[in-house]
Amino acid sequence: MPNTSNNPLKDPQDRRLPQIAGPCVLVIFGVTGDLSRKKLMPAVYDLANRGMLPPGFGLVGFARRDWKDQDFAKEVHDAVKEHARTPFREEVWEQLLEGIRFVPGTFDSDDSFDKLKETITDLDRARGTGGNHAFYLSIPPSSFEVVVAQLKKHGLTDSEQGGWNRVVIEKPFGHDLESAKELNAVVNSLFEPHEVFRIDHYLGKETVQNMLALRFANQMFEPIWNNHYVSHVQITMAEDIGIGGRAGYYDGIGAARDVIQNHLLQLLALTAMEEPTSFEASQLRAEKQKVLAAAHVPGDLSVSTARGQYCAGWQGAQQVKGYLEEDGVDAGSSTETYAAIRVDVENRRWAGVPFYLRAAKRMPRRVTEVALNFKRAPHLPFTPTDTEELGTNALVMRIQPDEGVTLRFGAKVPGTQMEIREVSMDFAYGGSFTESSPEAYERLILDVMLGDPPLFPQQEEVELSWKILDPVLEHWANEPEQPEAYESGTWGPQSAFDMLARDGFAWRRP
Amino acid sequence: MIIELKNTTTREVASELLRARRNVGSASGMVLTLLVVSDEDHRDDALQAARASATAHPSRVIVVTYADGESQLDAEIQVGEGIPGDLLALTMTGTLAEHAGSVLLPLLLPDSPTIVWWPHDAPDHPSEDPVGRLADRRITDAASADDPQAALITRARNYTPGDTDLTWTRLTRWRGLLAAALDQYPHKVTRALVRSAPDNAPATLLMAWLEERLGVEVTNEESARAGVSEVRLTTEEGDIVINRGQSDSIALYNVPGQPERKVALRRRPLTDLLTEELQRMDADDIFEAAVGRIVKREDA
Repeated sequence: MPNTSNNPLKDPQDRRLPQIAGPCVLVIFGVTGDLSRKKLMPAVYDLANRGMLPPGFGLVGFARRDWKDQDFAKEVHDAVKEHARTPFREEVWEQLLEGIRFVPGTFDSDDSFDKLKETITDLDRARGTGGNHAFYLSIPPSSFEVVVAQLKKHGLTDSEQGGWNRVVIEKPFGHDLESAKELNAVVNSLFEPHEVFRIDHYLGKETVQNMLALRFANQMFEPIWNNHYVSHVQITMAEDIGIGGRAGYYDGIGAARDVIQNHLLQLLALTAMEEPTSFEASQLRAEKQKVLAAAHVPGDLSVSTARGQYCAGWQGAQQVKGYLEEDGVDAGSSTETYAAIRVDVENRRWAGVPFYLRAAKRMPRRVTEVALNFKRAPHLPFTPTDTEELGTNALVMRIQPDEGVTLRFGAKVPGTQMEIREVSMDFAYGGSFTESSPEAYERLILDVMLGDPPLFPQQEEVELSWKILDPVLEHWANEPEQPEAYESGTWGPQSAFDMLARDGFAWRRP
Repeated sequence: MIIELKNTTTREVASELLRARRNVGSASGMVLTLLVVSDEDHRDDALQAARASATAHPSRVIVVTYADGESQLDAEIQVGEGIPGDLLALTMTGTLAEHAGSVLLPLLLPDSPTIVWWPHDAPDHPSEDPVGRLADRRITDAASADDPQAALITRARNYTPGDTDLTWTRLTRWRGLLAAALDQYPHKVTRALVRSAPDNAPATLLMAWLEERLGVEVTNEESARAGVSEVRLTTEEGDIVINRGQSDSIALYNVPGQPERKVALRRRPLTDLLTEELQRMDADDIFEAAVGRIVKREDA
């Protein structure tokens, strides 16, 4: 990591100065994938365009394609033109182009990894990248082991003096506690824990910091952020799409493993945790781990969980197939595309406040939010008819789309009658500042290059999350019946509505 | 929707503005008030830049133009029209110009920062100007003055926290690269050189900054090319050089012991500069130190 304190040109007061990463090579495995084309390569360009990439930067693609450097460069060029957030500029492209390389090959080929080693060494020399290498594994977890073994065998991570090696892996981090531990052992065989960056691209650093700022920079929210005032919390991630062409990945995984284990449980931890003593990585992780360790799915799993599978229907003006009719899905598959669980957090702040987590595909619209629902005022000096249309107060943190905060409360309807109705007060990040949020991947890649890992979950959090989810997955696996079918384009199966109704609540319509 | 008001008052402007906003159904949530002070000759340019800024963020932009004649206030209100905030063009004629504060004060957004920007000629004491006094931040542009060098020195002498000059904003990329170079190559700098067009205001400021931060002598060498064209930091092992090469948008970057590399370093358009200025609302201490250095140099 660059030592900023000794640099006379830097000053913490100088907040205008862009944070420029040190020189390095970014190696992307699985570079022909959708994610790489739509997100990673444009993010690299956007960083360069914002002046945050160092002059010495190399981008190496590795994939099974018969490409030369220039073919790959063209691929990057097209991806950038189509998907980058900032306008395309020749001079920025020229800066990037000098460092673009491609290595064709398969994960098991020794020749390819020799070639990769050669390419990186060459870049270190030609571009002055100083032995700093980041490996981005944009590949299925099943291939991690072979790639990590190859990196080791060919000495790609032998660090030169002063250089660093880092590895980026994406969710899912395993498919249960045991496999998560195995995966970790594989990665740890080559990389130190601080060199491993686990990425949940749904939960960008920006979002995490927004939540921390809302909770801990304000005086007015924290006093009511507990079981005296909050009746229950709903955390939702709804997608309007189906599984698309990802049957191979999704079938057998399902909504709970795909989203609840990582994304929703992280949101729960951030919502429920105590104030960390500082925003240092270790402090933040300590607080999240405490919450996750205190969380569990209560009692009878058949009443505190619900699952469903979308069937054919109409979603947003389009007729769509059911899950079992999707290409590549086994006709008898019991993989859930809707998962809802109740999580209780057994600590003084949250005892008695259920957290309801739901993740689903083929919902009416795409939305991710955390909603704190408050108790009804203990005494209402109004007649029951006055408050007929008054619900309960809610504070909603919208994660996407249109990140922001909504506060719902009662207000009097203008007129002579005393009538109280719900209104919303709305705040959007997009409209209240003079700058727009960078893409999650931009911050992520920059953090990897700067070696700044604070908000990435580490292995212990991953394992704690699996501990919460494993009993549920086991329970579902032992159920003889199929997940309950729900029509595409609706808010999920009846059993999920019943699950909340039993506790006296109802799902919000986000 | 566009509303034109001739010979009007602030009260009428404010109530028409409220009505217009209701009609187009736009919500609140504006971030800041930007006052743009201009004269009749530059009014169109100022309006265009103000429009670009208003498109970037929901804000209230008020373009103030002074003109000769009987004391009178004319206003044009734009709400909707493809901009997320409001755009007010106020023309103040005659003695009213001396009381611009009384016109503008009621029109500022509550509880949010006010920024004033003089795209062309700026007062000598921005913070004592009737409009400047209303603002938390005052943006001037020495480069647009007839004598940029003299303008920069005047600004430096009269600096008050909250003042900023676009000359400084134009240097941000240069400064970022230089700081990054010292990150990569942490050696003691013994001497520095800035090559620029003769009498170049940004070069003066860059030199002041380098001198202030590095505590070494910084010399200037004239070059035939426009603006700042090269910065050279001398260390015992060799020179760190950033040189705007043949092209205006690409620089060559040299650090001892490392290969020469290209880096994008283009001249940024005005809207970029303005956007950067609007991102920071606190006083810029580093700028203050740099202009302080200019004053010291002048007085020495």
